[in-house]
Amino acid sequence: MAEPWEEDEAAGEIKKFMYMNRKAPYGTIYALESLEVVLIGAAFDQDVSLVFADDGVYEIVKNQSTDEIGMKNFSPTYRALEAYDVEKLYVLDTSLEERGLTEDDLLVDVEVVDAERLGELMEEQDVILSF
Amino acid sequence: MAILHTVNKSPFERNTLDSCLGMAKKGGSVLLIEDGIYAAMQGTAVAEKVAGALEKFSIYVLGPDLKARGMAEERVIGGIKVVDYHGFVDLTADHDCVQAWL
Repeated sequence: MAEPWEEDEAAGEIKKFMYMNRKAPYGTIYALESLEVVLIGAAFDQDVSLVFADDGVYEIVKNQSTDEIGMKNFSPTYRALEAYDVEKLYVLDTSLEERGLTEDDLLVDVEVVDAERLGELMEEQDVILSF
Repeated sequence: MAILHTVNKSPFERNTLDSCLGMAKKGGSVLLIEDGIYAAMQGTAVAEKVAGALEKFSIYVLGPDLKARGMAEERVIGGIKVVDYHGFVDLTADHDCVQAWL
C-alpha cells in the first residue's frame, strides 16, 4: 500500500482549466498569447478545455497563409494540441453561423455547442482564463 | 474631395465599419484591411449590409490579409475588388486623402 505522501504525488491535484478565446488571430496578440499559455499549462497535466467563441473561431480556420503579412502562422500548432492531451475543443454554434462558417472550415476536430451548454461547462471549471 | 477609407477592425467586434459606412460619401472608396477583411466575406451576418454599401461605394479588400486569415478569394462578396500591396499604394495615390478608421 502506498504511503499517503506517495499517493498525493501520484494523484497530484488536477484542476479544470478553461481557455476562452474570443479574438481573431493576427490583428491583436491575444490569440497567440492564449496558445502559448495553453502549451505551458499542458506540461502540468491538468484537465484543459478550449473554447472558441465570437471572433475566436477565426483562430482555427483552415488554410491560413501569412507569408505576405510578415507574421508567424501559428495555426498549425492547434493541430498539435492533441499530442499534449488537450482534446476538449468547443466552438459556439452561433459564432460559426454569424461568420458564414461551418465545421468543414476548421483545421481541428471540435464539438460545436450552444451558449447554454457552454455556460454549463463554464460552471464546471476551477479556473477560466479569458483571451 | 475623394477619400479612401480604410477599416482594420472586425465588424463583429467593433462598430468601426458602421461608422465608416455611415459617414463616407457616395462615390468614395472603402478598403478593408487586417481584421477588417472579415466584412468582405459571403454568408456572414454583415454580408447583406456590405453588399448594399457597394451601391454607394467602391469596396476593396487586401489580398494578403485574406490569405493570412484563411479566407478564400472565391468567398469574397461579388463586386468587392481584391487588391495587393501595390493596389493599396495606387488607391492611396488616386485619392486626395486616406481616412484610417481605427
